[in-house]
Amino acid sequence: MNDMRIVERDVSTAEIKINARDVNVHYGTSHALKNVDIEILNNNVTAFIGPSGCGKSTFLRCLNRMNDTIPSAKVSGLIALDGEDIYDSKVDPVQLRAKVGMVFQKPNPFPKSIYDNVAYGPRIHGLTRSKAELDQVVETSLKKAALWNEVKDRLHSPGTGLSGGQQQRLCIARAVATSPEVLLMDEPCSALDPIATAQVEELIDELRNQFAVVIVTHSMQQAARVSQKTAFFHLGNLVEYGETGQIFTNPRDPRTESYISGKIG
Amino acid sequence: MTDISASPAGKSKGSSLLELDSRTRRRNAAERRFQIYGIVAIAIALAALLMLLVSIFSGGSSAFRQTFATFDMTLPAEQLDPEGNRDPAEMARVTTIGYQNVLRAGLVAAVRDAGIVPDGVADADITGILSPEAAADLRNRVLANPDLIGTTVDIDALVHGRIDGYFKGRVTMESAVRDANITPERLQIAEAMVENGLMSTRFNWGFVTKPDASDQRPEAAGLGVALLGSLYMMLVVLVLAVPIGVAASIYLEEFAPKNRFTDVIEVNISNLAAVPSIVFGILGLAIFINFAHLPQSAPIVGGLVLTLMTVPTIIISTRASLRAVPPSIRDAALGVGASRMQSVFHHVLPLAMPGILTGTIIGLAQALGETAPLLLIGMVAFVRDYPDAPPEGLFDPASALPVQVYNWTQRADPAFVERASGAIIVLLAFLLVMNAIAIILRRRFERRW
Ligand SMILES: Nc1ncnc2c1ncn2[C@@H]1O[C@H](COP(=O)(O)OP(=O)(O)O)[C@@H](O)[C@H]1O
Ligand SMILES: [Mg+2]
Repeated sequence: MNDMRIVERDVSTAEIKINARDVNVHYGTSHALKNVDIEILNNNVTAFIGPSGCGKSTFLRCLNRMNDTIPSAKVSGLIALDGEDIYDSKVDPVQLRAKVGMVFQKPNPFPKSIYDNVAYGPRIHGLTRSKAELDQVVETSLKKAALWNEVKDRLHSPGTGLSGGQQQRLCIARAVATSPEVLLMDEPCSALDPIATAQVEELIDELRNQFAVVIVTHSMQQAARVSQKTAFFHLGNLVEYGETGQIFTNPRDPRTESYISGKIG
Repeated sequence: MTDISASPAGKSKGSSLLELDSRTRRRNAAERRFQIYGIVAIAIALAALLMLLVSIFSGGSSAFRQTFATFDMTLPAEQLDPEGNRDPAEMARVTTIGYQNVLRAGLVAAVRDAGIVPDGVADADITGILSPEAAADLRNRVLANPDLIGTTVDIDALVHGRIDGYFKGRVTMESAVRDANITPERLQIAEAMVENGLMSTRFNWGFVTKPDASDQRPEAAGLGVALLGSLYMMLVVLVLAVPIGVAASIYLEEFAPKNRFTDVIEVNISNLAAVPSIVFGILGLAIFINFAHLPQSAPIVGGLVLTLMTVPTIIISTRASLRAVPPSIRDAALGVGASRMQSVFHHVLPLAMPGILTGTIIGLAQALGETAPLLLIGMVAFVRDYPDAPPEGLFDPASALPVQVYNWTQRADPAFVERASGAIIVLLAFLLVMNAIAIILRRRFERRW
């Protein structure tokens, strides 16, 4: 891990966006996530790392209640977004997901035009009042996703016709278009080649100006490159959470140390 | 067939790549054998299909052709409109017998004028070539247009089924000797008429448009009522089975909790699809006719029974195509904050549409060809009146194509066998049209993802 380039850290001042206390997740009888406590800061990139099957995706999906779609999943504990319990019975997960956008591991654009992909969220949430306004949202979202220049001449060709990296950026544009407050990304680069990965990483760094970004990643280099805070999960436990520089250079827990140095994983 | 068990003897060091070892040879032989099985199976299936088509078309295509006597005659006013007012209500008092006499006189005159029969031949032998239906056709034509009376008109009269059979090779001079319905003399007159252009065999739309006819008049029997009946039933099935089936599948697949109760429902739907169709007929008789007192022989009842039969088929295929939509699409929709219903109707359903259409058409095609349940609810009745336009017409008696086929094969006159084969051709054409519509619709919905 000598080649790791660690970004300048400016964590300190941001306010807490998501506060999770004592979160447990069971899939049927299997206990997938154990007593997780974490505070996710606004305008920061938080990376979740850890070996496969340690519960990173499970926890990420708790944050926008995507686990509701899995019948066997049972979530307990408290997760608050801006101090409001998102598992409160009065909360409609649909409204929550407009605020907490998600980008998935495999690019999954709708089999519709590029324009319709990006416009879908604003349309169903009634965010725009006119066609011109919608056009504007589509353009700014595609620009934020660094895709505008590549697709501006073919907005009405199918989104599924783009390359893998472009598709993933389209999915990011689609998530950004609903103006979320938090952006969750589950291994967004695992299906991409190195050049596309670099583009998406650059993008993530820009996106944190507007959102709290949470990214699950398999690659420790990636976590080191893009994140300000890093959480290390192991066997369903949140082992260690801290500033990325500290986690990678000076881990406190021996399990983090051995994972970073490639002994478990 | 594909033996995976590794025998270490297969490869020996230093063997040449240009020479197949015994293991490879055996594997290749197995593959060749398998391909031969496949080709043989396809060949057998194609041969069976070919035989079926050849037998149906060779037996049934002649049903679309019919022999007519064509001649000119003046319609005598004193016999057809005694009051002379050209008032259809008064003219209707002249019965078919009256028209028959007029028509016979006209035919005898035309034949004798042409000089094609010896003087010794009795009038009865000349008039005997006409179908009893011909006079009724003429009466309908005159009542529809009273101004024809007194003018000279072209007559296109159906000839007797045996004469028609003679020109189609079904009746011979020898069989005519033993046949009470025809004599060799009449066949000779018919031949002479053909030579003089007074009689011809040509394409007959009446087979598709006319209603059924009695046992004695195979030449007049048509599929009009059966075709309308089948069409109406398909409409009922389409309007009821598709929305019910698709809605039920969407609910079961996308919304229903997975528990014991929905498992039971699921098993029962699969079982329902395997229930013999005649059972649905008994159910329909008990519920729709005896309990709900809907009319017998009506397309609405037939349609309801066929709907019961079709819904499970549609549910099974719709659920399969919903399940085939990649879950990532649902995640994507939910992830941007779509509700479950929005994710289903905006994204999942359009992607499942081609599969749903295929299942629907298979279900409809099964329903179209179904005979047994329709027999039980009285669709086998002899119906000569066309049903009205829907929706009232759905309650009028009608027949159905497969039942008409069954009905005609039960009749004694061999002319009906020809018509039954012809009806099968129409049934197949109906199916082809339905399939073509399905393919066109599927093309429109088909998208890649
Ligand atoms: N839908 C599910 N049903 C049952 N168990 C699941 C499901 N999803 C994940 N799990 C289990 O939960 C644990 C954590 O999985 P996950 O969160 O996907 O891990 P990670 O993303 O860190 O690789 C694993 O043991 C996995 O087998
Ligand atoms: Mg994962």
